[in-house]
Amino acid sequence: MTARTILVRGGTVVDATGSRPADVLIDGLHIQAVAEGLEVPAGATVLDAGGCVVAPGLVDLHTHLREPGREEAETVETGARAAALGGFTAVVAMPNTEPPIDSAAAVREVLGLGLAAMCDVRVAGAITKGRLGRELAPLGEMADLGVRLFTDDGSGVQDARLMRRALEYASALGVVLGQHCEDAVLAAGGHMHEGEWSSRLGIPGMPAEAEEVMVGRDIALARLTGGRVHFLHLSTAGSVEAVRAAKAEGLAVTAEAAPHHFSLTDAVVASYDTVFKVNPPLRPASDVEAVKAGLADGTIDAIATDHAPHAPEDKDVPFDHARPGMLGLETALALALTELDLPIERVLALLSWQPARIAGLESSHGGPVAEGRPANLCVIDPATAWVVDPGALASRSRNTPYGGRKLTGRVRHTVLRGEPVVVDGEAQR
Amino acid sequence: MNHLLSLADLGADGVDEVMRVTDSFVEVSERAIPRVPALRGKTVVSLFYEESTRTRLSFELAAKRLSADTMNFAVSSSSVKKGESLKDTCQTIEAMGVDAMVVRHSSAGVPWQVASWVDCAVINAGDGWHEHPTQALLDCYTIRSHRGSLEGLRIAVVGDIKHSRVARSNVLAFSLLGAEVTVVAPPTLLPPSLEGWPVEVSTDLDAVLPKADVVYLLRMQGERQTEALLPSLREYTARYGLTRARARMLPDDAMVMHPGPINRGVEIASDVADLPGSVITRQVANGVAVRMAVLFLLLGQGPSGPLSGNQGPSGNQGPSA
Repeated sequence: MTARTILVRGGTVVDATGSRPADVLIDGLHIQAVAEGLEVPAGATVLDAGGCVVAPGLVDLHTHLREPGREEAETVETGARAAALGGFTAVVAMPNTEPPIDSAAAVREVLGLGLAAMCDVRVAGAITKGRLGRELAPLGEMADLGVRLFTDDGSGVQDARLMRRALEYASALGVVLGQHCEDAVLAAGGHMHEGEWSSRLGIPGMPAEAEEVMVGRDIALARLTGGRVHFLHLSTAGSVEAVRAAKAEGLAVTAEAAPHHFSLTDAVVASYDTVFKVNPPLRPASDVEAVKAGLADGTIDAIATDHAPHAPEDKDVPFDHARPGMLGLETALALALTELDLPIERVLALLSWQPARIAGLESSHGGPVAEGRPANLCVIDPATAWVVDPGALASRSRNTPYGGRKLTGRVRHTVLRGEPVVVDGEAQR
Repeated sequence: MNHLLSLADLGADGVDEVMRVTDSFVEVSERAIPRVPALRGKTVVSLFYEESTRTRLSFELAAKRLSADTMNFAVSSSSVKKGESLKDTCQTIEAMGVDAMVVRHSSAGVPWQVASWVDCAVINAGDGWHEHPTQALLDCYTIRSHRGSLEGLRIAVVGDIKHSRVARSNVLAFSLLGAEVTVVAPPTLLPPSLEGWPVEVSTDLDAVLPKADVVYLLRMQGERQTEALLPSLREYTARYGLTRARARMLPDDAMVMHPGPINRGVEIASDVADLPGSVITRQVANGVAVRMAVLFLLLGQGPSGPLSGNQGPSGNQGPSA
């Protein structure tokens, strides 16, 4: 295959270094030039970026690709296509597959599936064997394959001593441990946030404290061990406040929040539509506001989708039987632009260069958009309004909670390693 | 409205209308041949995913007295045992041509989901901890027939409020009709939040009883002990049971109610259940007439939505020309 030449023309480049009008010339895998008024080289493909923002590709720290094991809900191929349409050039696949990604062989399998995908597929390894919370998984063997984030996501590591050992052991590997903060006993039997709405609807609830006690415990363990903890999908005011204090103290903690935790409240569960069942659960407005404030003041470092596809047969069931989780890849950016009162530079920091750093991907993702850098870009039209149509999504599943919702801001083009994988909102393969 | 899912959907006018229609079906029930042809040709199916005696039989009898055809769906001997999903089961049954489904399920919200999957009328016969609207209607009817009205009555609902669909529907219904409701329970058996509930809360039954016009006892389930919600049923009875001594604290004309099945000796002493003020068997009798009224209002008239609380008492009886 001959090297491709692409000119992204007429946009405003936004990255961690600032914002300026510029064309971006891509030659092969890399950016060749970034400047205003570049000539179109012979044979180049021109991607129009008039009125658009040209940014480093987005990076999702938290994607469930479901392969292996639940291919009826999503595959690496379909999930990566959804990611590319959402502006992502890299995703971190969560290890709660069947079997779980808790060995070098399992890491190799998913990385192999990702080679042909429409975005860069990285893998998070499990902290414990089988995600059972009893023994350490081979963190070193997986780290040798490039794994930089480990998590038992789907459940938290319940045993404080085991979590302490994992943090100590991981510190020698230069990796970060992601915690799904949920005290399993306190949350047991719950299917939504415990509070006014759960009480009214008769649905067993799980209290905010089930999340907060584990956030508090892991902050203490980070202090004890000096280890790096990344808090997955923070959803309560108490969690955000605890992380804010931990950062002020100088502890090595980072945090992410999911779009649904800043755009939906638990009141929507009144419909009993299982599309609103997710874990951590949707919370009241006061928590939603706290998550927004945490994103605004830097307490929360990243927006991560927690894209969690489920087949209809796992959702067309009573609320307390339904699997938790919602789609996120194709709506995350637009939700951030629509719901957060933040300038696009800040939104992109939360969706691109900050998560790229947490995932250890900064050499290839998250910018800056500059000569010699890998050509992983997305081009965003920030003004286009659109209505979410579940049937039009690229994910194999349909469990978006945003069907019919009007959002502003849309991905126009996505460029992965110099290849335009999305052009004018259409996947190219 | 095409369904009866929540008591709240009815509104005060809707409840009134059900009460009025119930009056005429009580009269029918007292006839030598207690049957009318109102729903001849209609088919009512009971879809009970949870054990039930009185509610299932009560609906079945109500439908038969209206001359409807009835079908019974017992989960234990059905395709559900072969792994058929709730959605597929509902759509399969509807395809046979039914006019109403009476749904009981251990999961909150199932009647709403069923209503979104099928076109026929759906009646909530109890969903998890959430609602049991026909129970609330029959209880309102029972109180009304003894006291004339619920307006201004002081009603104490005692027991496991947290896990009780009867409590949720009855609190809504009683307050809708103007009663002052106090819920009485140990804190572990109250819902985590009572925000928006039109009730007073007490943990002291002895303080509430002397002023109560109605004491409504909920069934206490033995498994609450194992969930660390109660030290023991014995301790529950000592603090929250309607013992003989506590029954003497009630005003003379107070009513004692219970949705059944009762645990004699736990939430209510055996001899108290049999006192004249106890209307527990009257509740059961009224249940049939109330369910006849609900079925009739949903199926027996034109398509204009006879159970709508927004419409006047008789403004929707006939075709609108």
